[in-house]
Amino acid sequence: MNYRYWLRLATRLWSSEYAHMLEYRAEVILWALSGVLPLIMLGVWSAATDGQGAGLEMNQPQLARYFLSAFVVRQFTVVWVVWQFEQDCLDGRLSPYLLQPLHPLWRYLASHLAEQATRLPFVILLVSVFFGFQPQAFLMPQPGRLLLAVLAIGLGFAIHFLLQSLVASLCFWTERASALERLLSIPLLFVSGLVAPLDAFPPGARQLALHTPFPWIIGFPAQLLSGAEVDIGAGFAAVAVWIALLLPLLLLTWRLGVRRYSAMGA
Amino acid sequence: MKIASGFFRFLLILRRFWGTALASQLEYQLNMLIELLAMLANLAGSLFLLSLFYRQGISLGGWSWSAAQVVLAAYTLLNGLTATLLQPNLSRIVTHVQQGSLDFVLLKPIDSQFWLSLRTISPAGFPEIATGLVWMFYAAHQAGAPLRVAAIAITLLLLASGALILYSLWFVLATTTIWFVKTWNATEVLRAALVAGRYPINAYPPALRTLFTLVLPVAFLTTVPAEALLGRLDWPWALASLGAASGCLALSRCFWLYAIRFYTSASS
Repeated sequence: MNYRYWLRLATRLWSSEYAHMLEYRAEVILWALSGVLPLIMLGVWSAATDGQGAGLEMNQPQLARYFLSAFVVRQFTVVWVVWQFEQDCLDGRLSPYLLQPLHPLWRYLASHLAEQATRLPFVILLVSVFFGFQPQAFLMPQPGRLLLAVLAIGLGFAIHFLLQSLVASLCFWTERASALERLLSIPLLFVSGLVAPLDAFPPGARQLALHTPFPWIIGFPAQLLSGAEVDIGAGFAAVAVWIALLLPLLLLTWRLGVRRYSAMGA
Repeated sequence: MKIASGFFRFLLILRRFWGTALASQLEYQLNMLIELLAMLANLAGSLFLLSLFYRQGISLGGWSWSAAQVVLAAYTLLNGLTATLLQPNLSRIVTHVQQGSLDFVLLKPIDSQFWLSLRTISPAGFPEIATGLVWMFYAAHQAGAPLRVAAIAITLLLLASGALILYSLWFVLATTTIWFVKTWNATEVLRAALVAGRYPINAYPPALRTLFTLVLPVAFLTTVPAEALLGRLDWPWALASLGAASGCLALSRCFWLYAIRFYTSASS
């Protein structure tokens, strides 16, 4: 009975958020387009390594597939919980949420998942257009690989969501947690594999990057999706470690924060 | 005479606008500190990314390591300008339309485009503007450019023309709010695409090069001023940049005058 209750709750929550997101379809599409950075970087990398392939052990189609995969992974690992939470906190909307018998973070999670579902058809369209322009880059993914990639994207999203929720829960102490998020977004941009494959890094920088959560959000799922050589076991192990680290930390911060919380707004 | 006094009046108003805006912004010192940190991290990241190419001996579009830095510096400068003027002002147009407060702007005895574009200023971009300028000259010096007064003057002129192009595009996009209420995200797409200006235009494959020159004139924002500072600019490019700037500015003006005819306020 219990799990049925939760299942019903989850579907209701998701479908109400999905209906909401469908209303804002045009904006979601524009937002998806604003993730165009990996494709711009593909332009730079492919022109730079044209004919020589120096340093990178990737040929042109592999390079194209990698950055296209990074683009797709980015689409499904975008998190904006800190802004929403900050707004809810400042407007006093958080207070009724806290009274409900449901952890408010579930609501935000449902909202993110619903938004991803809204993006999906548009991302598929963009990917088809891309392969229309670069047919030589197309490679039919193996079903097993594809499943693993989808799993990795989901887990990468989980890491990013936990990380940003951790920053968001600092809203209980400071009113401007989104400013801190700005600092967090910079390493995500540069060392996640979004703008350059991690294989292009000097060895020292690469090792350093692999010890942060960022490559597991974008780079690792992108490598899986593009069909590149990658240590699958070690990758998923690192992902598991980060989730095991972040989840308790988030729950702890949240608990301490709620204790401090003294409602804002009217 | 009349033009001169009108210009003077605008300057006086600007001083009041920006004086009050700065006074209120400087209350948030922690924000300034975070902006500064973010800028440093961003610069480090961009340089690191650029070094990934040059450490393997790849030169982007034939530009040397120092010359490519001039482009990056120009991008930093324009990015600072965006944070200082464009972002704080133009992102509010959406809110004005949504909440109907555009009514009050239109009723003020001052040009509405002027008011909307320059009403406020944010110190957030100041460090980037300063760093970008200094870095541009330093990197150009490193690249062996002679840095003559004429070249510097033309560079500044071309940077201003790049800024005007950027402003006009952004303003036109923000103005479309009058028809489609929520186009905030459209300006985000513009910002995302402008990141292409971090690299010289020759660093892109031919198709993208055309796109970034004719459709989305990223080339005029950073590459053209950088070439001027390096002392290797062709005159047609400089003239094209000035032409594009005046064209875009005129377009933004006409578009605004056309758009407000359709503005019907927010409430019923």
